[in-house]
Amino acid sequence: MTDMQAAPAASPTAPAPGPGKVPGKAPAGPWARMRRRSLRHGGVMFGAIVLLGFIAMAFLAPLLAPHDPLSQSLSTRLIDPFWGAKPHPDHLLGTDQLGRDYLSRMIYGARISLTIGLVAMVISGVIGTAMGVAAGYFGGRIDHFVTFVVTTRLSMPVILVALAVVAVAGSSLTVVVLVLGFLLWDRFAVVMRSATRQVRDHEYVAAAQALGMPVSRIVMSEILPNVLGALIVVATLEMAHAILLEAALSFLGLGVQPPTPSWGLMVSEGRKAMFFKPWLIAIPGAALFVLVLAINLLGDGLRDVMAPEGRS
Amino acid sequence: MTPPAPENPAHEAPAHEAPTDETPMLELRNVSRQFKVSRGLMKGSTNLKAVDDVSLQLRRGEVLGLVGESGCGKTTLSRILLGLMPPSSGEVLVGGEPMSAADRKARARRIQPVFQDPYSSLNPRKTVSQIVSAPLEVHDVGAPGDRARVVAETLDLVGLPRRVADSYPGQMSGGQRQRVAIARALVMRPEVMICDEPTSALDVSVQSQILNLLLDLQKELGLTYLLISHNLAVVEHLANRVAVMYLGRIVEVSETAKLFAGPRHPYAEALLASVLTPDPGMGVPDTQLGLAYPNPIDPPSGCAFHPRCKAATDLCKARRPETIRDAAGLVECHLATPAPLPA
Ligand SMILES: Nc1ncnc2c1ncn2[C@@H]1O[C@H](COP(=O)(O)OP(=O)(O)OP(=O)(O)O)[C@@H](O)[C@H]1O
Ligand SMILES: [Mg+2]
Repeated sequence: MTDMQAAPAASPTAPAPGPGKVPGKAPAGPWARMRRRSLRHGGVMFGAIVLLGFIAMAFLAPLLAPHDPLSQSLSTRLIDPFWGAKPHPDHLLGTDQLGRDYLSRMIYGARISLTIGLVAMVISGVIGTAMGVAAGYFGGRIDHFVTFVVTTRLSMPVILVALAVVAVAGSSLTVVVLVLGFLLWDRFAVVMRSATRQVRDHEYVAAAQALGMPVSRIVMSEILPNVLGALIVVATLEMAHAILLEAALSFLGLGVQPPTPSWGLMVSEGRKAMFFKPWLIAIPGAALFVLVLAINLLGDGLRDVMAPEGRS
Repeated sequence: MTPPAPENPAHEAPAHEAPTDETPMLELRNVSRQFKVSRGLMKGSTNLKAVDDVSLQLRRGEVLGLVGESGCGKTTLSRILLGLMPPSSGEVLVGGEPMSAADRKARARRIQPVFQDPYSSLNPRKTVSQIVSAPLEVHDVGAPGDRARVVAETLDLVGLPRRVADSYPGQMSGGQRQRVAIARALVMRPEVMICDEPTSALDVSVQSQILNLLLDLQKELGLTYLLISHNLAVVEHLANRVAVMYLGRIVEVSETAKLFAGPRHPYAEALLASVLTPDPGMGVPDTQLGLAYPNPIDPPSGCAFHPRCKAATDLCKARRPETIRDAAGLVECHLATPAPLPA
């Protein structure tokens, strides 16, 4: 009560100058702060640089690759990489059983991994985010329905379903991308649902409703920007997930078909010679590892970077 | 329910109350709102009556205070008025016209909220100018070029320097944020503002500034306010009339001066008594009513206030009091007598 005692006495004139002032050095806005924090975050910087490197490699493959990744040559089979016993200056990473240049195949392989990762992530992201945001925002019956669908989906093992679909529909890049895209939305849905429920309870959503904003716009301008952090984390996780699943499917012979240079397929093909020429699986394996690690570090770091401001 | 009231509240004639004979700006007719609450695992759910058959009018240009303890249903009532939540039964009329859920935009132009917590009511990812111009965009008012000017003028109106337009809420103080929230509510020039505890989340030092700003704006723009507050001093300072709410019911409506001079309902009396005791706490009055606030899932029989009322009789335990609407306003108590009509 005491806090209001002053109120009646205070002059009813225009506001005192005090509250109108922005402090001399204002803290940065959310986007500027994010940029600044990113530059100082080791995981974000490492992940971003490595990922950008792979993306550049995929785009510039025709310029970077020293050879045609598909051209075979019986005379140059199984040449060692540069650190091996009998390297060849034309083939820095050696050649495979069919005499194809391994470096060129690795460079073109980045295209497959990144395409599958990105497209599958976008498809599943759109599906899962739409379901999760609808469930979180509307609640009630829609929430029950989405929860049911997600539970159903979670009860199906991804790899078995993927195998079954690929076995029926035949295997091609398109089929693999679509299968993964339509299977990997569950985590998007679960995370977006809970993030949306949290954001929905903020009064700025009620304010938007009270000013007559249509639901579509509330979702786009009030909800999504505030769940972006969680969305990016899931997106990176699922992209890495899709890349690994493609490798696994290709390894099993049900993914991308030969002679397309896919890292998973290269591991599979190298398997036969793995005891004599271990680099055949070590090189694509290491590339997968570094790419997935970079994506995960980036996502994890971005979550830190986008963490909500404290109430200063 | 449906007490055999001598007159239908909808037809309550304000002839001998207000100088205006206009239709009320905002009117609630027999509005109730229930929530389903689960009583725990396997026990099923029951209904909680957050707002129980409330009829209330907001007159054009007045400040109506709404007071009551935490949990009595004030916020629920305000959300119904704003159209954020449909009433379980009853009607909301704006300017005499019934409002349905379909009239969201029409209602939005006339009624705007100012919420309690300016840390929660502003989207942290939007700049001040985006926040304040959003209503203009949604209602398609003015050319995009004009909007910047309207935003700037509105910032002037609420006492913010124009250069904060490009700031984010995270860069501003609580008082400044509440001014932004007020600017957003005002930019469409609504007729009614519903202020739910507009200052209780703010530092003591800025509370009176915000209240004075609200008062100035009300006079300058001829606004009608519903001012919800725990804090009776705030209400006394700003309101023309006060409605006292208890457990989902409006138990007294009186003019501010009369209420503070002599409350008619024992609950209002207890609330007032708490103002006089120094309370350095959270602004939630210690009602000194001894017994705790009753469980709204299982309200007391008869008059809901009887377990805490010093003057309660057997009648109070047994029967719910009828609503007395008279020259002085409204009171719902067995012990109150209708005020005589002024000569
Ligand atoms: N969505 C909901 N679901 C279930 N119960 C609710 C819901 N919203 C409010 N209630 C209940 O309705 C009653 C009234 O709540 P309300 O928020 O309107 O009270 P209030 O007067 O605004 O309280 P305060 O002063 O603390 O803000 C409370 O008992 C509350 O628990
Ligand atoms: Mg409340």
